[in-house]
Amino acid sequence: MSESAETPALPKVRIATTSLAGCFGCHMSFLDIDERILDLMKIAEFDRSPITDIKHCSPCDIALIEGGVCNAENAHVLREMRANAKILVAIGACAINGGLPAMRNRLDVGDILNEVYRDLDGVQSHVPNDPELPLLFDKVYPVNEVVRVDYFIPGCPPSADAIWKYLNDLILGRMPRLDHSLLHYD
Amino acid sequence: MSDTSEVVLQALERRRAEPTQLLQILREVQEELDWISPETTHSVAAGLGIPATQVESVVQFYSFLYEQPRGRYRILVSDNITDRMLGSLTLFEHMLKRLKLRRAEASADGAVSVDLTSCTGMCDQGPALLVNNRPVTRLTARRVDEICDLVRGDVPLAEWPADYFRVEDNIRRADALLGSRYEPGSGLRAAIALGRQGMLDEMKRSNLRGRGGAGFATAVKWESCRNAPGAERYIVCNADEGEPGTFKDRVLLTSFAERIFEGMAIAGFTVGAANGLLYLRGEYRYLLEPLEAKLESMRRDRRLGASICGAQGFDFDIEIHLGAGAYICGEESALIESLEGKPGKPRIRPPFPVTAGYLGKPTVVNNVETLVEATVVALQGGRIFAGHGTRHSAGTKILSVSGDCARPGIYEYPFGVRVEQVLKDCGAADVVAVQISGPSGICLTPDEFRRHIAFEDVPTAGAFMIFGKERDLFEVARNFTYFFAHESCGFCTPCRVGTTLMRDALDKIADGRGSRYEINELMRLAELLRRTSHCGLGQTAGNPVRDTWLKFRPAYERRLIRGDFDPAVDLDAALTRAREIAGRDDAGAHIGAEQ
Repeated sequence: MSESAETPALPKVRIATTSLAGCFGCHMSFLDIDERILDLMKIAEFDRSPITDIKHCSPCDIALIEGGVCNAENAHVLREMRANAKILVAIGACAINGGLPAMRNRLDVGDILNEVYRDLDGVQSHVPNDPELPLLFDKVYPVNEVVRVDYFIPGCPPSADAIWKYLNDLILGRMPRLDHSLLHYD
Repeated sequence: MSDTSEVVLQALERRRAEPTQLLQILREVQEELDWISPETTHSVAAGLGIPATQVESVVQFYSFLYEQPRGRYRILVSDNITDRMLGSLTLFEHMLKRLKLRRAEASADGAVSVDLTSCTGMCDQGPALLVNNRPVTRLTARRVDEICDLVRGDVPLAEWPADYFRVEDNIRRADALLGSRYEPGSGLRAAIALGRQGMLDEMKRSNLRGRGGAGFATAVKWESCRNAPGAERYIVCNADEGEPGTFKDRVLLTSFAERIFEGMAIAGFTVGAANGLLYLRGEYRYLLEPLEAKLESMRRDRRLGASICGAQGFDFDIEIHLGAGAYICGEESALIESLEGKPGKPRIRPPFPVTAGYLGKPTVVNNVETLVEATVVALQGGRIFAGHGTRHSAGTKILSVSGDCARPGIYEYPFGVRVEQVLKDCGAADVVAVQISGPSGICLTPDEFRRHIAFEDVPTAGAFMIFGKERDLFEVARNFTYFFAHESCGFCTPCRVGTTLMRDALDKIADGRGSRYEINELMRLAELLRRTSHCGLGQTAGNPVRDTWLKFRPAYERRLIRGDFDPAVDLDAALTRAREIAGRDDAGAHIGAEQ
């Protein structure tokens, strides 16, 4: 047997993650894969993510998006992730449906801002208008209404096992599939 | 005593204060009071000894029952694709404008409301509308103006020109069923002469299959019901003809009612049932009085009641129940739920109705046309009946032909007729597609017009909608998808959510924001609905989109964007309100389109 038969090492899979209008619960759940993250690091590396603190996304294989789209910054981040990722995954209830933050969708965003900022006696009497602050959208939108989404991992949050299974399927080129045991919450 | 409680009390009394009559009671009360007020809900609940929530669940389920005042004139414009092809939407908008109304909102003086409704079964004489459940056919701009004047003048419906309410049979081709002379009572006497077992044997020989679409062997259904344990049995006639584009049962109910009733009695005789129920769709409310009169006269001639035609032990009578605007009630187990006064949600089967149907008793549910065919079998015998049609589809089939053709109406053919033959007979030229058996059926293109109408090739419940070369099949599919999203009963998630997602994706494409992504989503959803829905509604709801994507792909493609994806929302517009409140207009307060 010749030595050249050895499989050449595959380039590492590059993963980016972000939390938009979410609670970071999906990221926490992702960290719950515990020591399996060491196995993951043998075949993958992180791009933009709270784990690396890289601020902007560069070309990558998989982008995991937590949370819905509630303000202009969310939309910019999401677009950047989409432009750079081969596969974009919406993870968790907020990314898929808007989730809890979307409970404000029944109300007028102007009324909400007034209620929160303007009517505070003696503390503050105007809605913040600093150009550094991202403006709120009229509603919180699910990710798939703003960019194309390739896969959805349901759950609030999805369990570490569900995320682990899904990521492994994606990395190994299998159609991701979660069994009932990874999908039910009662 | 207030008006409301008096009306409720009378309805309760007429309906023996039975909870199974809840839907009928509400329908009758609304005819008097124009809507179901909280006061009505509570008196009905108290009168029946059931929770108010149970009454509310029924009111909320049925489109024709109103929890909010909708005016003394409640106008519903039929929104089938065939109505649209005749200009119904323009007339609808015109009517709203003339009456200064918004869709589905009652006018300030409480006089009138105007809304859309699913197909009213007047496709061969549309566009059509219902005013307080009475059909007005052949609408024109002039007729709409006249109706607006009558409404504004507060003219009672009884004084409107009778011509408005004229409904034609339009029988264009008659065969063994529509073309034969029928002597009243002859079917009953023939069945009595054959005896119960003899009649069942003839049914078996006839190979008669159900005409409602599924094509189940009628004799097998009757025999299973007869053999099911239980003392009481029921025969139910399914006259909830809701499949858009179908109107043949309306014609049978108008001009062949006695044969339907005799068919029901023959079924009762054969399986040993003494009770018959006819479930009439709410859109055909105008047929109730004529049908009741027919029942009365049949009782007088001993063709219904005790010892029918003098045969000892042959007792059978029929009660008519009305629906209230729910397509799903055409599904037999949903229909039975509705007969029991509940929201029409399909049951989990088995058990099948033949063993546990109405009130849990063995029940035969047959289509109107099937029951009329039973009288033909009784008279001719099964062998002659089986001699017509094709090997697996005995007898004839009544088609409801509508759309782009010179002579829309009712056509009866022996099974096996080619689609192109029907098109020739009804005077259709330059046809690009025919939708067979309604939205849940199949869309055929010219290369398939040599196919046969029969269970072994193209099965049908009767609808035959023709689309000429000017028609846009994308809009056809969108209309059908709206129909399913509206009619989904909400019981199972794939159908409740899936039909709405499909509708929204089609809207996005229609809006010029759709891409291949939406197409992929539509195909995935259609497959998901087919595999996981609880009943036929959801299982077939994706058919129109799948068929038209396969056969009319360019109609979709010319609407798709060149790019990969377009947001469903205009993001910059979605920032407008926040810009206003924060008083900002800097570059960061805007978000452009993606590069």
